[in-house]
Amino acid sequence: MTSKQIISFLPYQDPFLFVDALTAISSEGITGHYTFNSSAYFYKGHFKDNPITPGVILTECMAQIGLVCLGIYILKKDNNDLHNLEQKQPQIALTASQIDFFLPVYPGEKVTVVSEKELFRFNKLKCKVTLYNEKKALVCRGKISGMLK
Amino acid sequence: MSKDELIVKLKQIVAPYIQDEEAFKNLSEDTDFINDLKINSANLVDVVLDVEDEFDIRIENDDMEKMLSVKAVIEIINEKLAVK
Repeated sequence: MTSKQIISFLPYQDPFLFVDALTAISSEGITGHYTFNSSAYFYKGHFKDNPITPGVILTECMAQIGLVCLGIYILKKDNNDLHNLEQKQPQIALTASQIDFFLPVYPGEKVTVVSEKELFRFNKLKCKVTLYNEKKALVCRGKISGMLK
Repeated sequence: MSKDELIVKLKQIVAPYIQDEEAFKNLSEDTDFINDLKINSANLVDVVLDVEDEFDIRIENDDMEKMLSVKAVIEIINEKLAVK
Protein backbone atom coordinates (compact mmCIF):
# COMPACT_ATOMS: atom_id res chain seq x y z
CA MET A 1 0.00 0.00 0.00
CA THR A 2 1.18 3.50 -0.78
CA SER A 3 1.14 6.55 1.45
CA LYS A 4 -1.71 8.01 -0.65
CA GLN A 5 -3.83 4.87 -0.38
CA ILE A 6 -3.45 4.75 3.39
CA ILE A 7 -4.32 8.45 3.75
CA SER A 8 -7.41 7.92 1.56
CA PHE A 9 -8.75 5.50 4.20
CA LEU A 10 -8.38 8.03 7.02
CA PRO A 11 -11.75 9.09 8.41
CA TYR A 12 -10.60 12.71 8.95
CA GLN A 13 -10.72 15.88 6.87
CA ASP A 14 -9.77 19.52 7.18
CA PRO A 15 -9.64 21.09 9.77
CA PHE A 16 -8.87 17.89 11.65
CA LEU A 17 -6.60 15.96 9.33
CA PHE A 18 -3.01 16.03 10.60
CA VAL A 19 -1.20 13.84 8.07
CA ASP A 20 0.56 15.12 4.91
CA ALA A 21 2.46 12.02 3.83
CA LEU A 22 3.98 8.77 5.03
CA THR A 23 7.63 8.14 4.23
CA ALA A 24 8.27 4.67 5.72
CA ILE A 25 5.64 1.97 6.05
CA SER A 26 5.87 -1.56 7.47
CA SER A 27 3.93 -3.88 9.76
CA GLU A 28 6.31 -3.02 12.57
CA GLY A 29 6.16 0.76 12.32
CA ILE A 30 5.45 3.87 10.32
CA THR A 31 6.94 7.34 9.73
CA GLY A 32 5.00 10.36 8.50
CA HIS A 33 4.98 14.13 8.55
CA TYR A 34 2.65 17.11 8.84
CA THR A 35 3.13 20.88 8.51
CA PHE A 36 0.92 22.96 10.78
CA ASN A 37 -1.01 25.60 8.86
CA SER A 38 -0.32 29.04 10.39
CA SER A 39 -3.97 29.99 9.95
CA ALA A 40 -5.33 26.88 11.78
CA TYR A 41 -8.36 27.79 13.91
CA PHE A 42 -6.84 26.77 17.27
CA TYR A 43 -4.01 29.32 17.09
CA LYS A 44 -6.57 32.08 17.65
CA GLY A 45 -7.23 30.80 21.16
CA HIS A 46 -4.09 28.85 22.15
CA PHE A 47 -2.79 31.16 23.42
CA LYS A 48 -4.14 34.73 23.31
CA ASP A 49 -1.70 36.66 21.06
CA ASN A 50 0.83 33.84 21.47
CA PRO A 51 0.07 31.00 19.04
CA ILE A 52 1.51 27.62 20.05
CA THR A 53 0.25 24.23 18.86
CA PRO A 54 -1.85 22.66 21.64
CA GLY A 55 -0.54 19.41 23.16
CA VAL A 56 -3.83 17.72 22.36
CA ILE A 57 -3.33 18.56 18.68
CA LEU A 58 0.22 17.17 18.77
CA THR A 59 -1.22 14.05 20.41
CA GLU A 60 -3.85 13.87 17.66
CA CYS A 61 -1.17 14.17 14.97
CA MET A 62 0.79 11.34 16.66
CA ALA A 63 -2.34 9.21 16.89
CA GLN A 64 -3.41 9.81 13.26
CA ILE A 65 0.02 8.90 11.86
CA GLY A 66 1.35 6.50 14.49
CA LEU A 67 -1.76 4.57 15.39
CA VAL A 68 -4.41 5.00 12.69
CA CYS A 69 -2.21 5.01 9.55
CA LEU A 70 -0.21 2.07 10.91
CA GLY A 71 -3.43 0.30 11.87
CA ILE A 72 -4.91 0.77 8.40
CA TYR A 73 -1.76 -0.67 6.86
CA ILE A 74 -1.75 -3.68 9.20
CA LEU A 75 -5.45 -4.34 8.59
CA LYS A 76 -5.35 -3.96 4.82
CA LYS A 77 -1.88 -5.01 3.72
CA ASP A 78 -2.86 -8.60 3.06
CA ASN A 79 -5.86 -7.66 0.98
CA ASN A 80 -5.05 -6.88 -2.64
CA ASP A 81 -8.60 -6.01 -3.57
CA LEU A 82 -8.23 -2.32 -2.74
CA HIS A 83 -10.96 -1.27 -5.11
CA ASN A 84 -13.51 -3.25 -3.18
CA LEU A 85 -12.11 -2.10 0.13
CA GLU A 86 -12.58 1.54 -0.62
CA GLN A 87 -16.15 1.48 0.61
CA LYS A 88 -15.06 -0.08 3.86
CA GLN A 89 -13.75 2.55 6.25
CA PRO A 90 -11.85 1.22 9.25
CA GLN A 91 -13.53 1.59 12.63
CA ILE A 92 -11.26 3.27 15.15
CA ALA A 93 -11.41 4.15 18.83
CA LEU A 94 -8.63 5.76 20.83
CA THR A 95 -8.40 3.96 24.16
CA ALA A 96 -5.33 5.35 25.93
CA SER A 97 -2.54 7.87 25.51
CA GLN A 98 0.35 8.79 27.74
CA ILE A 99 2.56 11.53 26.27
CA ASP A 100 5.45 13.58 27.67
CA PHE A 101 6.16 16.98 26.05
CA PHE A 102 9.55 18.62 25.70
CA LEU A 103 9.41 21.48 23.17
CA PRO A 104 6.77 23.85 21.73
CA VAL A 105 5.64 23.68 18.08
CA TYR A 106 4.91 27.05 16.47
CA PRO A 107 2.55 27.82 13.55
CA GLY A 108 3.97 26.70 10.21
CA GLU A 109 6.37 24.13 11.67
CA LYS A 110 6.80 20.74 10.04
CA VAL A 111 6.82 17.77 12.37
CA THR A 112 7.78 14.13 11.81
CA VAL A 113 6.11 11.28 13.64
CA VAL A 114 7.85 7.92 14.12
CA SER A 115 5.80 5.03 15.46
CA GLU A 116 6.86 1.54 16.51
CA LYS A 117 4.32 -1.22 17.04
CA GLU A 118 4.42 -2.69 20.54
CA LEU A 119 1.42 -4.95 20.24
CA PHE A 120 -1.39 -5.85 17.89
CA ARG A 121 -3.74 -8.54 19.16
CA PHE A 122 -7.49 -8.93 19.42
CA ASN A 123 -7.87 -5.64 17.50
CA LYS A 124 -5.88 -3.64 20.03
CA LEU A 125 -2.93 -1.72 18.62
CA LYS A 126 -0.44 -0.18 21.03
CA CYS A 127 2.45 1.93 19.71
CA LYS A 128 5.45 3.80 21.00
CA VAL A 129 5.23 7.16 19.20
CA THR A 130 7.76 10.00 18.96
CA LEU A 131 7.31 13.42 17.37
CA TYR A 132 10.31 15.46 16.16
CA ASN A 133 10.58 19.00 14.80
CA GLU A 134 12.42 20.00 11.63
CA LYS A 135 15.72 20.22 13.53
CA LYS A 136 15.16 16.56 14.51
CA ALA A 137 14.78 17.62 18.14
CA LEU A 138 12.47 15.61 20.37
CA VAL A 139 9.13 17.42 20.81
CA CYS A 140 7.02 14.75 22.50
CA ARG A 141 6.96 11.01 23.01
CA GLY A 142 4.72 8.41 24.55
CA LYS A 143 2.42 5.47 24.12
CA ILE A 144 -0.89 5.43 22.31
CA SER A 145 -3.41 2.58 22.15
CA GLY A 146 -6.57 2.06 20.21
CA MET A 147 -9.03 -0.53 19.02
CA LEU A 148 -9.42 -0.99 15.28
CA LYS A 149 -11.14 -3.28 12.84
CA MET B 1 -6.24 -25.40 40.56
CA SER B 2 -9.42 -24.78 42.58
CA LYS B 3 -12.00 -22.23 41.54
CA ASP B 4 -11.19 -20.06 44.56
CA GLU B 5 -7.50 -20.07 43.71
CA LEU B 6 -8.33 -19.07 40.14
CA ILE B 7 -10.53 -16.22 41.32
CA VAL B 8 -7.72 -14.93 43.56
CA LYS B 9 -5.28 -14.95 40.64
CA LEU B 10 -7.80 -13.35 38.32
CA LYS B 11 -8.49 -10.63 40.85
CA GLN B 12 -4.80 -9.71 40.86
CA ILE B 13 -4.76 -9.65 37.05
CA VAL B 14 -7.77 -7.35 36.60
CA ALA B 15 -6.81 -4.98 39.46
CA PRO B 16 -4.88 -2.44 37.33
CA TYR B 17 -7.72 -2.09 34.80
CA ILE B 18 -10.87 -1.79 36.91
CA GLN B 19 -12.82 1.47 37.17
CA ASP B 20 -15.37 0.44 39.80
CA GLU B 21 -13.79 -0.17 43.22
CA GLU B 22 -17.00 -1.38 44.84
CA ALA B 23 -17.62 -4.07 42.19
CA PHE B 24 -13.97 -5.08 42.45
CA LYS B 25 -14.19 -5.51 46.22
CA ASN B 26 -17.19 -7.77 45.78
CA LEU B 27 -15.73 -9.68 42.83
CA SER B 28 -17.30 -13.10 42.42
CA GLU B 29 -17.89 -15.68 39.71
CA ASP B 30 -20.81 -13.63 38.42
CA THR B 31 -18.84 -10.40 37.98
CA ASP B 32 -18.97 -8.99 34.45
CA PHE B 33 -15.84 -7.17 33.28
CA ILE B 34 -17.54 -4.47 31.23
CA ASN B 35 -20.80 -3.88 33.10
CA ASP B 36 -19.56 -4.37 36.67
CA LEU B 37 -15.86 -3.54 36.68
CA LYS B 38 -16.18 -0.94 33.84
CA ILE B 39 -13.09 -2.24 32.04
CA ASN B 40 -12.82 -0.78 28.51
CA SER B 41 -12.36 -2.88 25.38
CA ALA B 42 -8.61 -2.23 25.09
CA ASN B 43 -7.97 -3.10 28.72
CA LEU B 44 -10.02 -6.25 28.27
CA VAL B 45 -7.36 -7.25 25.74
CA ASP B 46 -4.71 -6.53 28.41
CA VAL B 47 -6.56 -8.79 30.86
CA VAL B 48 -6.56 -11.59 28.29
CA LEU B 49 -2.85 -11.12 27.51
CA ASP B 50 -2.05 -11.17 31.24
CA VAL B 51 -4.11 -14.35 31.63
CA GLU B 52 -2.03 -15.92 28.83
CA ASP B 53 1.21 -15.04 30.63
CA GLU B 54 0.04 -16.05 34.08
CA PHE B 55 -1.24 -19.49 33.03
CA ASP B 56 1.09 -20.03 30.08
CA ILE B 57 -1.79 -20.65 27.68
CA ARG B 58 -2.73 -19.29 24.25
CA ILE B 59 -6.10 -17.57 23.86
CA GLU B 60 -7.65 -17.53 20.36
CA ASN B 61 -10.04 -14.96 18.87
CA ASP B 62 -13.09 -17.16 19.50
CA ASP B 63 -12.15 -17.53 23.18
CA MET B 64 -11.53 -13.81 23.53
CA GLU B 65 -15.07 -12.99 22.44
CA LYS B 66 -16.45 -15.13 25.27
CA MET B 67 -14.18 -13.78 27.99
CA LEU B 68 -16.54 -11.17 29.40
CA SER B 69 -17.08 -12.45 32.93
CA VAL B 70 -15.10 -14.10 35.71
CA LYS B 71 -17.06 -17.29 35.15
CA ALA B 72 -16.35 -17.41 31.41
CA VAL B 73 -12.64 -16.74 31.93
CA ILE B 74 -12.36 -19.50 34.55
CA GLU B 75 -14.04 -21.94 32.15
CA ILE B 76 -11.63 -21.06 29.35
CA ILE B 77 -8.55 -21.23 31.60
CA ASN B 78 -9.63 -24.68 32.80
CA GLU B 79 -10.28 -25.84 29.23
CA LYS B 80 -6.82 -24.70 28.14
CA LEU B 81 -5.06 -26.12 31.19
CA ALA B 82 -6.77 -29.46 30.67
CA VAL B 83 -5.32 -29.94 27.18
CA LYS B 84 -1.82 -28.73 28.07
